Amino acid sequence: MSKVPPDLRRPGVSRRGFLQGSSVVAGSLGMAVGAAQAQEAPASADARTITLTVNGKARHLSVEPRTTLVEALRDTLGLTGTKIGCNQGQCGACTVLLDGTRVNSCLTLAVMAEGSEVVTVEGLADPTGDLHPMQTAFAENDAFQCGYCTPGQILSAIACIDEGHATDAAEIREYMSGNLCRCGAYLNIVAAVEQVRDAQKG
Amino acid sequence: MKSFTYTKADSLPAASDAAATAGTRIIAGGTTMVDLMKIGVIGPDALVDITGLDALDGYEVTADQLRFGALSKMGTVGADAQVVEACPALSESLWKAASPQLRNAATLGGNILQHTRCPYFRDTAYAQCNKRTPGSGCAALSGGETTLHAILGGSSACVAMYPGDFAQALIAFDAVVETRGPGGTRTIPFADLHLLPADTPQTETVLEPGEIVTAIVVPIIPAMANSTYLKARDRESYAFASASAAVGIEMDGETVRDARIALGGVASVPWRAKAAEDSLKGKPLTEEAAREAGRIAFEDAEPLEGSAYKIALGADVVAGALMEVKSRIGGQN
Repeated sequence: MSKVPPDLRRPGVSRRGFLQGSSVVAGSLGMAVGAAQAQEAPASADARTITLTVNGKARHLSVEPRTTLVEALRDTLGLTGTKIGCNQGQCGACTVLLDGTRVNSCLTLAVMAEGSEVVTVEGLADPTGDLHPMQTAFAENDAFQCGYCTPGQILSAIACIDEGHATDAAEIREYMSGNLCRCGAYLNIVAAVEQVRDAQKG
Repeated sequence: MKSFTYTKADSLPAASDAAATAGTRIIAGGTTMVDLMKIGVIGPDALVDITGLDALDGYEVTADQLRFGALSKMGTVGADAQVVEACPALSESLWKAASPQLRNAATLGGNILQHTRCPYFRDTAYAQCNKRTPGSGCAALSGGETTLHAILGGSSACVAMYPGDFAQALIAFDAVVETRGPGGTRTIPFADLHLLPADTPQTETVLEPGEIVTAIVVPIIPAMANSTYLKARDRESYAFASASAAVGIEMDGETVRDARIALGGVASVPWRAKAAEDSLKGKPLTEEAAREAGRIAFEDAEPLEGSAYKIALGADVVAGALMEVKSRIGGQN
């Protein structure tokens, strides 16, 4: 039997859904509503509307010049999968793919990402809900403990293989070094990367 | 983060004109600037984004030179096979810096101009920092923590360390930077770009207000083919150098014809160790000669107590880099 309380098993009332629903914009409400609410948010004198393609969908959002990309994703678009850890580009929790390359979204000004394509952890599973192989590999290898760093780790792990930097464990560690985690899951993260790498070779 | 206005430049002259205004700064990769803006060390009124200026992007390697547009990304250039072949030290100094995520965003032009990581510069809780607030004093020199500070090129006003890696490879191989300012274009030897702190540590380069680095050019010399960048740090990856060395060697039979040595993690500016280079020329490249070069590289060091360890460490790094290059040359024969 599942130990999850019944009310949290109901579709649409997960803890995550509840938290998203209580934030400024609920991602599940769809982009039209999200964009409308973003426009209605109190805007500073220099706020401007930018367009991003986020996980394959065009999103129009109002940001100040000082809004970072991770703040735009989380606070304006309600995509809370991307985490803010150190907020100084050191821990990698905020890693997203920007026009196909991984960057720290906490050090990226959203206005400077105008017109770009962004992939976050929410964009990895396919439309049927099947997880990305790296998500599966992280689960199978227990490549997380508290899980806070996991979305950034997964995006970085995907990039690590795409960049051709997953030849051996030493190289994987080097190219995962921008994702700092203190929980000691690195062995299992390396194993997850190796599993996906080998499957792709297969 | 303090509020600011943002403009995307559509031409280089417009960008340099706009950036000449006090309180306005150029932004490209932003990896250092956004960080410093968040922690309140810098607070520009206006940012001019130059990332749309395609003429500043891209790079090429020819028989005569490596030419890097200022907007070239650290990650792209560091991983480029032509750069690896032409000058391993240039490539290694890039991919051993920062993290993959940062290297994907950070530009070469921004990299060479990055600010110190001195903890007192970065922590505005300390009132004393002559670099951040001219005339306020220096917390490190007033009995503070000094394990991360310069042992070469410091002054009675500032002992902050220049943190970069790429700069050591550039200064070792006589790079030049091309700039565009409100007054036009000019070419500056890389060795002249950064200023010693002296009494004005807040002025870090010879760049005039509004002057933008547009390209970095490295003329190819034989010592570049046999070169390396060795970086000693507190952990194996993703850390600033405790001591580092970019070295290149050209051999004439069994003796050294040309030697290039530059030091990182130890000086207030990118640092060329010419006396150490001269000590090697005309001699066989033995371990003894390499160790002597390392010792000479630091004979003028003036460390504070906390950073005295860098003298021995730096000498070992220089010697180790030289022996690494020797082993690579040997491997080719």
